[in-house]
Amino acid sequence: MKDNAVTVEFIAIPENEKFARMVAAAFTAPFDPTVEEVTEIKTAVSEAVSNAVIHAYGASGKGLIRMELWSSEKGTVTIVVEDYGIGIEDITAARAPLFTTAAVEERSGMGFAIMESFMDKVVVESEKDKGTRVTLIKTLDLSCGL
Amino acid sequence: MQIEFELSDDIIAAILNGELDHHSAVCARTDIDHAMEVYRAKHLVLDFSGVDFADSSGIGMIMGRYNKVKEKGGRIVLCGCSPYMRKILEMAGIFTIIAEADDRESAMRLIKERGEEDER
Repeated sequence: MKDNAVTVEFIAIPENEKFARMVAAAFTAPFDPTVEEVTEIKTAVSEAVSNAVIHAYGASGKGLIRMELWSSEKGTVTIVVEDYGIGIEDITAARAPLFTTAAVEERSGMGFAIMESFMDKVVVESEKDKGTRVTLIKTLDLSCGL
Repeated sequence: MQIEFELSDDIIAAILNGELDHHSAVCARTDIDHAMEVYRAKHLVLDFSGVDFADSSGIGMIMGRYNKVKEKGGRIVLCGCSPYMRKILEMAGIFTIIAEADDRESAMRLIKERGEEDER
């Protein structure tokens, strides 16, 4: 596998959460990942994109979500989910399990905990009124099936 | 997400099919709450055997139903969780407060048995 990169941009609506997961699954497919690996990546992407859909642009506005996917020949997949919304005030608090500002909408506050559990590394950068960027990194086990 | 309902006395079973994410969880909770109201069901079985994808939205949806059912003195039992879904639910400690059964029949039975215990 050569290094690869794909970028997609879509509007922040719930319907696009599934689209984003499918893009991530398709992007990693050439590495022949295990079902578990694909599911973990899809779930992490789903959490990151849902966060952007729910929080980035408030209740009224619709904005864009940009997703960049990179892969190296060693099987390291990097997925950046970026929005240009209101930003996260306290990233440490937001990453804590069960923290949510959307309890009324029955959000569990487990999104970041799940991303951290399923990916090797999760980086969150955010600036007030500029946006948020979540970077998900996972190295696939390329020895499978050999 | 498609949901079928099965009614047995005052127990309703919601059989979920498809992907359970933020988008579909909103519809799922509306459908389930509506069905419980229409059929005047007290107890709820959530059957996830047809769910092929779930993220943390599932946790919120289950907790929301748990609170609603408990408010009216009802019970809730889960069944059909895949090992992957169980992993997500375990992270949030769902199984420390909600019982799980192997299949829908056992889940229904569990609710009925506990009801008989309570009456004694």
